[in-house]
Amino acid sequence: MSRTARLLVALAALSMAIVYLQPLWHIGLVAPQYPEGLGLYIAVDKIVGEKKQDLNSINNLNHYIGMKVISPDDIPELQYMPKIMAGLIAMGLLTAALGKRKLLMAYAGVLLLFSLAGLADFYKWSYDYGHNLSPTAILKIPGMTYQPPLIGSKQLLNFHATSWPASGGWVLIAAVTIVSVLAVRAWRRPQAIPA
Amino acid sequence: MSRSLRVGSHLMLGALFALLPLAGCGTGSSPAAGSADAAQRVYVPPGQYDEFYMFTSGGFSGQLGVYGLPSGRLLKVLPVFSQNPENAYGYSEETKAMLNTSYGFIPWDDSHHPELSMTGGVPDGRWIFINGNNTPRIARIDLTDFQTAEIIEIPHSAGNHASPFVTENTEYTVAATRFSVPTPQADVPISSYKENFRGLLTFVKVDSASGRMNIAFQILMPGFNYDLSHSGKGPSHEWSFFTSYNSEEANTLLEVNASQADKDYIAAVHWTVAEQCVADGKARKIPAKYAHNVMDHETHVASTKMETSTTLLDAKDCAGVVYYLPTPKSPHGVDVDPSGELIVAGGKLASVIPVHSFSKMIKAIEDKAFEGEVGGVPVLKYEAIVAGEVADPGLGPLHTEFDGQGHAYTSMFLTSEITKWSLTDFKVIDKVPTYYSIGHLSIPGGDTRQPWGKYVIALNKITKDRYLPTGPELTQSAQLYDISGEKMQLLLDFPTIGEPHYAQTIPASILVDKQIRTYDLAENKDPYAALSEAQAGVTRNGRVVHVKLTSIRSHFVPDNIEGIQVGDSVYFHVTNLEQDWDVPHGFAITGLNNSELLIMPGETRTIVWVPERVGVLPFYCTDFCSALHQEMSGWVRVSPRGSSVPLWANVPGK
Repeated sequence: MSRTARLLVALAALSMAIVYLQPLWHIGLVAPQYPEGLGLYIAVDKIVGEKKQDLNSINNLNHYIGMKVISPDDIPELQYMPKIMAGLIAMGLLTAALGKRKLLMAYAGVLLLFSLAGLADFYKWSYDYGHNLSPTAILKIPGMTYQPPLIGSKQLLNFHATSWPASGGWVLIAAVTIVSVLAVRAWRRPQAIPA
Repeated sequence: MSRSLRVGSHLMLGALFALLPLAGCGTGSSPAAGSADAAQRVYVPPGQYDEFYMFTSGGFSGQLGVYGLPSGRLLKVLPVFSQNPENAYGYSEETKAMLNTSYGFIPWDDSHHPELSMTGGVPDGRWIFINGNNTPRIARIDLTDFQTAEIIEIPHSAGNHASPFVTENTEYTVAATRFSVPTPQADVPISSYKENFRGLLTFVKVDSASGRMNIAFQILMPGFNYDLSHSGKGPSHEWSFFTSYNSEEANTLLEVNASQADKDYIAAVHWTVAEQCVADGKARKIPAKYAHNVMDHETHVASTKMETSTTLLDAKDCAGVVYYLPTPKSPHGVDVDPSGELIVAGGKLASVIPVHSFSKMIKAIEDKAFEGEVGGVPVLKYEAIVAGEVADPGLGPLHTEFDGQGHAYTSMFLTSEITKWSLTDFKVIDKVPTYYSIGHLSIPGGDTRQPWGKYVIALNKITKDRYLPTGPELTQSAQLYDISGEKMQLLLDFPTIGEPHYAQTIPASILVDKQIRTYDLAENKDPYAALSEAQAGVTRNGRVVHVKLTSIRSHFVPDNIEGIQVGDSVYFHVTNLEQDWDVPHGFAITGLNNSELLIMPGETRTIVWVPERVGVLPFYCTDFCSALHQEMSGWVRVSPRGSSVPLWANVPGK
C-alpha cells in the first residue's frame, strides 16, 4: 500500500468513530395534524426522538394500528453494535499500520458485508414492526402494513414517512466507499503497491 | 349632524359638549379605510403568523385578551382574576388559591392595564402584569406558558387603577388608591374626608430572577384620587409619576365637586429616596392583612400566604420623596416620552395637552421654585416645570403613546379622535377619528425607550353601529391605524372581549420561541399525579375519596370505579400522560357542579365532585382528542351511604 493509501485508510477508519456521536439514520413522519413532523434518529447505540417527546408520541400513535412499542432497551443490536464498530475501526487502523494489500481487500470486504448486513437487519427490524400487528388493533385496514421505506419516502395512511441516512450514516458511507475504491485499485494494479 | 348629536349624548359632559362643534366627530358608518390596500395590509394568510402579540385588558371580565396584529384575530383569553370553567381556572384544586383575598375567595375583578416586564426600558417578554381594580391586586402572568403565576393583594388601598406600571428594569410594579379611604381603615363619618382619608402609593418589588412580587413600601399621601401612572426612563429612571384628581377632597358628587380647581397634581415620586428613607428607619411597620397567591413552579399547585404587615412611609416624613407638579384640570394619563425627558399629562377636562420637562423639574427642585405645600408635599411652580402645551389638540385628552420618531399620539375622548403631534415644537400634525370615544391607545412599545411604532391601536369605549348588532349589549371594539406615514390611516376594526382599557403590543418574535409546548411529565411534582397507568387508583379516607386517573389517547385508567357513596367528596386527580403538542384531555362527570377540567400534556388537575344520588354515572373526555375520542369515557357506580360495595377501580396490573 502506498503511503497515501495507508493514510486514507487510517483516516477512513478513524472517521467511522463519528457513529458514537452522530446518528446513522433518520426516519421522519409528517401528517396533516403534525405539520411540525415527528422523527426518530437511529444511532449505533440508541434510538431517540428528533424532538424530546417524539419517540413517546410515535409509540402512542402506533398503538392505533397495533404496532409494537419501540423500546430501545429491547433491541439487542444497540448493545453489540458499538463493539462491532470498535472492531471495524481497529481493523482499519491495523490495515493502515501493516499496509498489506490483502488485508486492505479483506477489510473492504468486511466493511461491505457489514453494511449489507446492517441494511438487511434494519429491513428485517422495520418489517417486523410494520407487519407484526396486534390482532386487537383499533384501526385495521385490510392489506395495509406500516413498514417505513428502507430508503426514500412512502405514504402510510395520513403520514408521509421518509427514511434517509443521517450525518453519521453519510460519514460511514463515505468511509466504506473510500476503502472500497482503494481496495479495487489495489486489486487491479497489484504491482503499484509493494506487498 | 344628527349623528354628531347622538354621539354627543354619550359624552361625559353630555349637554355642554353637544353644543360645541365636534371637530372630527364620528360619522357612524363612515367609509372605514375604504381601500383594498388597507385589506392587504391587515391580511395574514392562513397558516401565517401575525407580526405582533397584543395584550388587552379584559375590563370587567377580569381577564387578559391576546390578539394577533395586524389581523386583529383573538388568540386567547387568559384567565387572571375571574374563574374560567373552560379550563377550570379558579375551580380546580390546583388553581383555586389564586383567587383568595383578605375578603375571602373572589372569583372576579375589573382588570385595566396590562404591563410587560422591561429590561433597560424595553419589553423583555418575560412576564406581563395586570391590575385588579376593585379588590386591589396585581397579577403576574408567565409568558412562557401564558398562565397566571402570581397574584398579590394591595392592602389599605382602594380602586387599584394607577397600576401595575413598572420601572425601567422591572425593579418595581406600582399600585395606588384611586378612591382615597381612611388609612388604615376605620369607622369614621364620610364627611370627615379631609381629616381622615388618605391616598397610598404602593411599590411592589419584583425579584429579577423569579419574578416574585413583594410589597416593599407604601407611601402615605394626601387624600386625592391617584389615577394613573408611568415610570421614568433614562434620566428620569429613579422617578415614578402618578396623576391625581379631586385635590378639592370632595366626598360627594365628585363629578362637579372634584372638577373645580384649575389644576390638580401629578405626584413625582423619587423612589430611590423612598428606599433610603425606609433604610434610615423613617418608615414604620403597620398591621395589614393581604393575600399573596403563588403558583408553585414545580407542583403547578397554587397556595396562599396571608401576609400580616406592610411598611408605611409618610410622604411628609421623607424629604425629597414626592413633589407635586400642578397640571390642568383633573389629569388622567401621565406618559413619559422615550427619552425620559417629557412628561405628558392628559388633562381630561383641559383644552390643551400640558407637557412637563423632567430637567426643568429637577432644576425647579434645586431652586426651590415652590408655590406652596399640600399635606407636607412641596408643590412646584407650573411655569418652572412646563416644557410646553399642545394647542387645539381636540377635547378630552386622556393618554399618550410615542412612535420613537419624535411624535406623540394622544387619545381624545370627547372629540373621539387620535391627535398626532410633534415632540419638538408641540404642534399638531394630524387628527384621525375613532369609532367611538377612544380611551387608551397603544403603539407597539409605545411607552418604552424604543417604540417599534408602525401601528396605533384605538381602544374604544363605545361601539354603536360598527358591527352587526347583538341586542342592547354590543361587542367591545378596537381599531388599528397605520402610523408609518405622515398621516394616520385606519386599517381595521376588530371586536374585543370585556372592556379594552389599555393594551400593550410586542413583536411576536420576542415570545414565539419561548413558548412551552407540553409540560414534562417526568417533572410533574403534583402530589396526586399518576405518572403512569400503573400509578392510577382509588383510595378512601373517611368521606373523602381520591381517584388518580390517567388520560391518554383514547382512554382513562381506571374507567370503571365502584364503591363511591352518596355524599362522598370525590377528588378526581387527572394526569394527562400525553407528551405531544396540542393534545389536551378534558374531564367531566354528570352532576359536576363546579367546572370541567382541561388538562394540558404532562399536567395534573383536580376537580371535586359530590354525588348526590345513587346510580351509575358516566364520565368522559370533553376535549376532542383523537379519532376515538367518543370512546374515551368511563363509569362511576354510586351506592347509598353506608353501602357494603367495596371501593374498587380497574387498573391493569392491580
